[in-house]
Amino acid sequence: MSKVLLEMNHITKTFPGVKALDDVNLRVEEGEIHAIVGENGAGKSTLMNVLSGIYPFGSYEGDIVYDGEVCKFHHIKDSEKKGIVIIHQELALLPNMTIGENMFLGNERGSKYCIDWNKTYSEADKYLEMVGLTDSSKTLVKDIGTGKQQLVEIAKALAKNARLLILDEPTSSLNEKDSKALLDLMKEFKAQGMTMIIISHKLNEVSYVADKITVVRDGSTIVTLDCEKDDISEDIIIKAMVNREMTDRFPKRKNVNIGDVMMEVKNWTVYHPEFTSRKVVDDVSINVREGEVVGIYGLMGAGRTELAMSIFGRSYGIGISGTLKIAGEEVILKNPKQAIRHKLAYVTEDRKGNGLVLSNSIKHNTTLANLKALTVKDEAADRRSPIPKLVIDKDKEYEVASEYVEKLRTKTPSVEQLVGNLSGGNQQKVLLAKWMFADPDILILDEPTRGIDVGAKYEIYCIINDLVAAGKSVIMISSELPEVIGMSDRIYVMNEAKIVGEIPASEATQNNIMACIVKSGKEADGIANE
Amino acid sequence: MQTSNTAQSSSAAPNKFINFLRKHHVFNKVRAFLQKYMMLIALIAVVIFFSFQKGGAILFPQNINNLIQTNAYVFILATGMLLCILTGGNIDLAVGSVVCFAGGVGAIMMDRSIPWPVAVVAMLVIGLLVGIWQGFWIAYVNVPPFIATLAGMLAFRGLSNVVMGGFAYDITDQNFLNIFGGKENCYVPDFFANIGPEIKGEKGVILNKFCLAVGIAFVIALVIYTILHRIHLKKNGYKLQPIVSVIIKTTCISAALLWLFYKLACHKGILTPLIWIGIVLAIFAYITTKTTFGRNLYAVGGNEKAARLSGVNTRMVKFKAYVMMGLLAGFAGVLNIARFVGAKPSYGKQYEMDAIAACFIGGASAYGGTGTVGGVIIGALLVGVINKGMDIMGTSANYKLVVKGLVLLLAVFFDVIMKMRKKGGAEE
Repeated sequence: MSKVLLEMNHITKTFPGVKALDDVNLRVEEGEIHAIVGENGAGKSTLMNVLSGIYPFGSYEGDIVYDGEVCKFHHIKDSEKKGIVIIHQELALLPNMTIGENMFLGNERGSKYCIDWNKTYSEADKYLEMVGLTDSSKTLVKDIGTGKQQLVEIAKALAKNARLLILDEPTSSLNEKDSKALLDLMKEFKAQGMTMIIISHKLNEVSYVADKITVVRDGSTIVTLDCEKDDISEDIIIKAMVNREMTDRFPKRKNVNIGDVMMEVKNWTVYHPEFTSRKVVDDVSINVREGEVVGIYGLMGAGRTELAMSIFGRSYGIGISGTLKIAGEEVILKNPKQAIRHKLAYVTEDRKGNGLVLSNSIKHNTTLANLKALTVKDEAADRRSPIPKLVIDKDKEYEVASEYVEKLRTKTPSVEQLVGNLSGGNQQKVLLAKWMFADPDILILDEPTRGIDVGAKYEIYCIINDLVAAGKSVIMISSELPEVIGMSDRIYVMNEAKIVGEIPASEATQNNIMACIVKSGKEADGIANE
Repeated sequence: MQTSNTAQSSSAAPNKFINFLRKHHVFNKVRAFLQKYMMLIALIAVVIFFSFQKGGAILFPQNINNLIQTNAYVFILATGMLLCILTGGNIDLAVGSVVCFAGGVGAIMMDRSIPWPVAVVAMLVIGLLVGIWQGFWIAYVNVPPFIATLAGMLAFRGLSNVVMGGFAYDITDQNFLNIFGGKENCYVPDFFANIGPEIKGEKGVILNKFCLAVGIAFVIALVIYTILHRIHLKKNGYKLQPIVSVIIKTTCISAALLWLFYKLACHKGILTPLIWIGIVLAIFAYITTKTTFGRNLYAVGGNEKAARLSGVNTRMVKFKAYVMMGLLAGFAGVLNIARFVGAKPSYGKQYEMDAIAACFIGGASAYGGTGTVGGVIIGALLVGVINKGMDIMGTSANYKLVVKGLVLLLAVFFDVIMKMRKKGGAEE
């Protein structure tokens, strides 16, 4: 038995209304690679934030024992001083600076008032060599690929004298070859005595590199498997990851009445707007029928939002190709305005960033996507008049907003309330109200229940059921398995920009959906399992 | 409670009182009131301060007249600037130069005996074209507004020098001056002079009866509108404001209007620039509150991405804002050459700064999305009163700038702390 480097005991972390971590225990021995696996939102990142001091000591319960002493980190600097370094999933490099400048940012070499550039670049080159990069440290970060950028991140961590290196989804933006190289590098470091924690949902990678695997689900550690002694077959891990009780959290639909195909997307391909050679949606074909809820399940970064937004008037991505048919007719939607005119609605996952105008009232947010409807009293007369009407009928607006507040049971003193002052669940309802008032036939709901409490979730589900009962078509994007299974008539599984499975609701289980993802990941990566 | 034993007995009563206030949300109400009316209170405080200086000279009728005449451009430009700021804190640095350029062209045209209506139209068209030019670069080429309008500021200043050749042009057309507010006859004549007896005001001056009548008519219209509006709101099931606050508000506005028109009546009556200011403010108050374009301005400034995903043509909204700004700058050019009875290549310097300051003092957010025409009126008045008041006190122009700068900083500082407090309150 080698020495235990890190022990996290009974860690509990609550956010207002949510228990993000519930009595988590983790033991990492010196010189091992310890993998943490779990779904999105299982609590992996929260756990690492607790460890690194991003959530300071005192904001959580339980204790952290590192190298034999109890640690009270108040700041990320405190944990870095001890040699605990995190490499986050989103690369945090500044593209217009050189590798060397990036590597010592906030940790500059030289005296207090003067940076020693010779020392900076010579040390940088030394660390680059350690991670196997041959580029000069004077190269600008934007000029190297994402694979190399990930290596620079690791070199940067080494420069901080890391003893415990935490890699959060390190291969999520890498291709197969770079991923393999990265994993091999990890093994090399292990041979030199470095301790590492890798967070991932790619089971093939995990079983390739890890010595121990801890499964996290719903804020708790479920099991820790030792790769040498225990059976670490995918079935067992998947079961531990997703096997939760299916309670009756979803309202049942009466008279399911599914009609003709409303919208059909064929061979849809989208490229990343900045990394123009990267496909974010790859040859996707999906369809949705009248009165049907179609679920799209996928982990974060699978390309779900990108797919939805590119359909919705090309509001994301470049080089979009493929055909889009609405009600049997092929259409080209160049901007959201045209999409709305073709009775399409996209309810964003990012309600604060892309959905609502927080400084405006409920009333103004509700009507924003369909102001035109408020400027005309008589639609037939409007068509005859050549001058577009520009003046808002404020009474009608008030009426509409009040009606939706009542219908969706939004909790607010009045429709004049600023949306920024509402709770998440109520904001979501305002967002839904906006798109319902736009009177679409097809609604794409992107994570419609993210970050809202259980009661509000149930209400949102009821609204979705009402919508399809009224003959609308709903595409529901979600990374919550029970939600997708509980609400959908049909489920598409998406992974790494592709649709990797289509499962009717009657056959869908948490296990076979997760299996779709795991299998596709293996095919794509082609890394040996043993 | 952390008070010591000796202090406890004496502090018990105030604590009780504070708890009572807290329970009834008095603090929140006071804060909300302050946040809404702070700049109005500041304006009143500044007026009171100056009215104690130099025997209250600032409230003399001719000084009030003068204040309106010399600050007409602030009202007009700040209204346009508000539109730009609403779209996301974007400013227009070129307006001062555009005022000068448009005015210069107009003055030259009149100098060459071209009829004044043609010259006025030409000035407006120049403003409009400048707006289209700048709007194009900003909205459709994504040049940052600061850069695009800085370029305009330099270029149109240069063009002013080019067209005027460094000379000053005088305006002699009396009609033009009367209508747009230059020299001593730019007042609406007293149509009622021969009707009824003479009314005498302060210091025995004969009042302009037409002006008084207009003031009274405005107040009557305001009261009738308030009543009808309230009936309408009630009928449609709106949540009504408490009747007391409506009455207080209406009374205050009525009193202010009557006071203003009385003062004007004491000095020749309604001056024509005031009419133009009124028209511009009314039009843009209507546009910002009642039209889809106005609504889109607030949406784009509040959250551009959300607005675009809601089907708003965000580029068009920005473009239109700058076109309107250009048009108003052209119109400010008209008023400006009338006021100075001529044009010089140096006119209009720092006008953009006064307009921007008026907007921010009037509560517009530097990030866009909030701000009203009503706020702009208060902001512009505050700038005007400080200008005029310090003139009367004989303060040097240099100190005037210092004070204006500090007032701007204080106004925004106040806005920032109010927002911070609110955030803290929400977390409790």
